[in-house]
Amino acid sequence: MTNEAIQLKLTEKFGDQLTGWEEPYGMLTFTAPKELNLKVLQFLYDDEALKFQFLTDLQAVHYPDNKGAELAVVYHLHNLVDNCRIRFKVFTAIQEPDVYSATALYQSANFMERETYDFFGVNFIGHPNLIRILNVDEMDYFPLRKEFPLEDQTRIDKDDDMFGR
Amino acid sequence: MKLNKQVMSETAEHILLPEGSIEKQTTTLNLGPTHPATHGVFQNIVELDGERIVKATSTVGYIHRAFEKLAERRPLFQITPITDRLNYCSSPLNNMGWHLTCEKLLGVKTPKRVDYLRVIIMELSRISDHLICNSIVGVDSGAYTGFLYVMQYRELIYEIYEEVCGSRLTTNIGRIGGFERNFTNAAFEKLEKFLKEYPGVLKEFENLFTRNRIFMDRTIGCGPIAAERALNYGFTGPNLRAAGVDYDVRVHSPYSSYEDFDFVIPVGKTGDSYDRFLVRNEEMWQSLSIIKQAWEKIQSFKGAEAEVFHADTPAYYLPEKKDVYTKMEALIYHFKIIMGETDIPAGEVYHSIEAANGELGFYLISDGGRTPYRLHFRRPCFIYYQAYPEMIKGGMLSDAIITMSSLNLIAGELDA
Repeated sequence: MTNEAIQLKLTEKFGDQLTGWEEPYGMLTFTAPKELNLKVLQFLYDDEALKFQFLTDLQAVHYPDNKGAELAVVYHLHNLVDNCRIRFKVFTAIQEPDVYSATALYQSANFMERETYDFFGVNFIGHPNLIRILNVDEMDYFPLRKEFPLEDQTRIDKDDDMFGR
Repeated sequence: MKLNKQVMSETAEHILLPEGSIEKQTTTLNLGPTHPATHGVFQNIVELDGERIVKATSTVGYIHRAFEKLAERRPLFQITPITDRLNYCSSPLNNMGWHLTCEKLLGVKTPKRVDYLRVIIMELSRISDHLICNSIVGVDSGAYTGFLYVMQYRELIYEIYEEVCGSRLTTNIGRIGGFERNFTNAAFEKLEKFLKEYPGVLKEFENLFTRNRIFMDRTIGCGPIAAERALNYGFTGPNLRAAGVDYDVRVHSPYSSYEDFDFVIPVGKTGDSYDRFLVRNEEMWQSLSIIKQAWEKIQSFKGAEAEVFHADTPAYYLPEKKDVYTKMEALIYHFKIIMGETDIPAGEVYHSIEAANGELGFYLISDGGRTPYRLHFRRPCFIYYQAYPEMIKGGMLSDAIITMSSLNLIAGELDA
């Protein structure tokens, strides 16, 4: 199973809706429109040659300068039979971060989507229990977004004498 | 006598009792967040019917430390101590996984001797992790002896780490490109001692557990999971192999020259606690054999090759201190590395290793700056923990405890 074969099969099915074909460090990467994410996942799962039936990882990345498509949800899939990995991304606007949930296809997506929601605020439509998982329930922001910088290490207004700093 | 029989049959048909009757009521029990039987900070709210679990809800996140955010402001070498704290029972594995990810991004090629030294450290930490897990399964089923006997050999493994890097639990072992210093003779002597004495101890450990009637009764059929469910739940590592799927990252996508070694992937059948125990036990034997092979390969290096302990990547590998005082390049690189002023090439890379609990993945995106733009840890524990409520449903409360310890849940890895 070569990357070209996978790309060919996917373009046959979805045409030019899939874009951004790349192969960073040997892993086939592409971008799908966010409405299509479940269709792509389902196709990759069901197709007899592709058999991408293992969801390795699911997380998001925040690109604040990418106006209109600030959040990228990244899926890493693995075909355990032929031992082949692919990565695909869907981009969504930060004002309307709705992406379809993959929980119906993969049980493992449950916690991973909750984590992604918790840190980036991606709203997974169809998730059975989309609540915060690692942070406290009362939190009203999404900490891994880039607008929340880490504390400036050179700040001097903070009294840390008790800690010897 | 007749009355007794009636009472018994009523208890058996408990489920048919009318709604709201006092016998039908279930008990809600908070197992955790800090419960002596859960070995970590886990909360499970279990709904009990007598001693049988009707429903369980897990809460995680009690020791979340925002590693992914912290990593966004640190140069690569400062992220290694963060990875220590993921699965703290086998920190060297996490460290090595991180170094390998960086090397993949930076395009660093490590010499064979470094790979073999890394294999030794990685397999040692796999043994120490499995040792803890299996002996804790013993403790939770009421057999304390195994736990006490084997700990001195985990201690020996920790002493080997100490000889190599100076610390024991959170090791921060190795650097990008190799090790911080060559292994001392003392380290190799301890390794030889370990190779000589450990098989006997493991044999003794097996004698205590593997065919022990009480242990078998306690663990066979406890917390099982079928292969399809396990795959759908994202299981990897020994827990997946216990369910019968022979997926091992060391074989599927070899890293650090694992392709040079002969070893077998043990698989189970039913995915219950006993199979998980057996798979981990067999993996310890396999790890031992890998260490032996690696040690032989290392001894076969001659001349200058036998002294190599890092790759030649001056921009990322800290130069020796005496060179810093005498050589200009060394001084420049030393300054740039320590101050975190080395630019990382832009790119995105996913690299995974077979950690003690399964596939530990690092997804690193760099935008060409000095720190990662985004770093995500694929923590095996976090992903397979969501199957826990399903696995313990319908079983006894005491089985839930054994299931949890045989899954080898490590709170640090769960919460990141």
